[in-house]
Amino acid sequence: MSGAALRAVPLAAPRRLGHAGFWLAAAVAALLLILALRGLGSEYAYFAATFVLQYVVLATAWNILGGYAGYVNFGAAAFFAAGAYTTVAIGKALGLGLLPCIGFAAVVGGALGLGTGVLTLRLRGAYFAIATLCLAVVLQTLVVNWSYVGGSRGAYVLRPREVPLGFDSYSGLLCAVAVVLAALAVAIARTIEKSRLGLGLAALRDDEAAAEAAGVPTLRLKLVATTISGAMMAVAGAPLPYLGSYVEPNSAFGLAYAVNAIAMPLIGGTASWAGPLIGAVLLASLQQAATVTISSAANLLIVGGVLVVFVCIAPHGIIGLFRGRR
Amino acid sequence: MDPGLALLLNGVVSGLLLGGLYAAAAAGLSVSFGMLDVVNIAHPAFMVLGALLVALLWSATGLDPLLLSLLLAPAFWALGAAIYVAYHHFFERRGDEAIQGLAFFFGVMFLIEVGLVLAVGPEQHFADAAYAGTTWRLGEIDLPLRMLVPAAVALAAIGALALFLRRTFTGRAIAAVAQDREALRLLAIDPVRIKRLAFGISIAMAALAGGALVVVQPVDAWSGHVFIGRVFAIVIMGGLASLGGCVLAALAFGVVENVTATFYGPSWSPAVAFGCLLLVLAIRPQGLFGRAA
Repeated sequence: MSGAALRAVPLAAPRRLGHAGFWLAAAVAALLLILALRGLGSEYAYFAATFVLQYVVLATAWNILGGYAGYVNFGAAAFFAAGAYTTVAIGKALGLGLLPCIGFAAVVGGALGLGTGVLTLRLRGAYFAIATLCLAVVLQTLVVNWSYVGGSRGAYVLRPREVPLGFDSYSGLLCAVAVVLAALAVAIARTIEKSRLGLGLAALRDDEAAAEAAGVPTLRLKLVATTISGAMMAVAGAPLPYLGSYVEPNSAFGLAYAVNAIAMPLIGGTASWAGPLIGAVLLASLQQAATVTISSAANLLIVGGVLVVFVCIAPHGIIGLFRGRR
Repeated sequence: MDPGLALLLNGVVSGLLLGGLYAAAAAGLSVSFGMLDVVNIAHPAFMVLGALLVALLWSATGLDPLLLSLLLAPAFWALGAAIYVAYHHFFERRGDEAIQGLAFFFGVMFLIEVGLVLAVGPEQHFADAAYAGTTWRLGEIDLPLRMLVPAAVALAAIGALALFLRRTFTGRAIAAVAQDREALRLLAIDPVRIKRLAFGISIAMAALAGGALVVVQPVDAWSGHVFIGRVFAIVIMGGLASLGGCVLAALAFGVVENVTATFYGPSWSPAVAFGCLLLVLAIRPQGLFGRAA
């Protein structure tokens, strides 16, 4: 862990891209991806890309707290589902479309993250992880008992008939939204990583007591990190109801999201923004392929197997493999 | 008797019996997580593995499920020891256990569960003990043997384990490895060997808990999920390394959950129990029965 962080700094320094440059690069990459997907134009390509990209957002968001600060959040599914249910509730109450709902989801997720932080960040290590697991159970119980958003029966969300912005289908719009969100998430993560905030988080990851003694405001940094991470995870979940037109608590809070949010950054490498991106693209594509060709039980087996093999053999992820070789 | 009071009494008593089952599930984790500092999040998955193996063996032989789980325990001990060897080799030796080790057990949990789905199918399996249909009555209070016997066996096993930890040399070495492994080395005891032994014991306890579980309720491959939060909650509320605290916390947890389910409906019971844990963590992180550090 600490070894990777120490090695990462001198290597990244010489060819460092400025913040503005990186945001521009992310925007260009997003635009190219949208155009490429429109060129393909098939409904399945849209769906598969959205599936992969929602995991890019989720994994990147998890990594801000889990990778940069070293606090393992087992409750990723809770934040993800909070975003999905914000879309359902706001859409039902105010009749708003997807885009405003994503904004609301960010607010709800951020508030949830801040609350979690205030309640639990004095706990360290496994205690924090378990507290987040409990949070997921509490939140799921609340949603199951909240009949306004469908309770345990689930809720239907109808896609609007007119597709705005000149897209050929609503799936195309969803996919474009997912591309933009993923690019935003990666750019935010990279900005945090290279800023004072990222340095402070890395310091408290390596030794919290020493960081505190050196004058790093650890509690404040952790609260900022949980808030941003929570908001982004909720944003990742916000488009979910539209993706399947239906959402119910057991799948929205499903352990698949929690395990993937942890597995993807760990497989890619947690110390850098590229890790979760690589891990998410790799693992989500693999799962999508396995779901189509083998079965949905097998895709979880693949995630578990890949996760175990990687944490045993490549403890710093794919990024660590390449850095170690140089 | 007043029907409300009778309902409350019944809720408390069956909560205590449920707590016995939770104690069985949490005791093994209290050894691995509390004493050895190995965050074995796959513990409930091992329990479900034990439960399904017992169910399969029961349908093949017709022996008592609890006896079968006792017979399975040595095999699980060996499995646990092997897993600890791998865990030590890949994580503990490198000092990487915090996140990587957690992720390792998360992956192991998935492998067990999906492996079980592929091997025995996603449907529920059960094992009927000879006494499962009998219910003792003490006045207004029902004591179903299908809950009472597993709880009693579990508490007896935990008692035996506590005695082993308190009285024998090896047992005391296990308790000591939790406090100071370097000091153990000075006594010419290999801490890795002791931890391997203890981790094996914790997985063997999971097999016993599996036997108890399959007597109480039908089990499918995913049954472990609802136990993950519960067993960790119980171990933390019990103050980590204390088996007695673990049993008390398990009984309290069972009662709170069951009384909530009786009066407000079962869909609310997880939130109340886990709300309690969140409160405990926020206010008294060393647990209800733990000593302040």
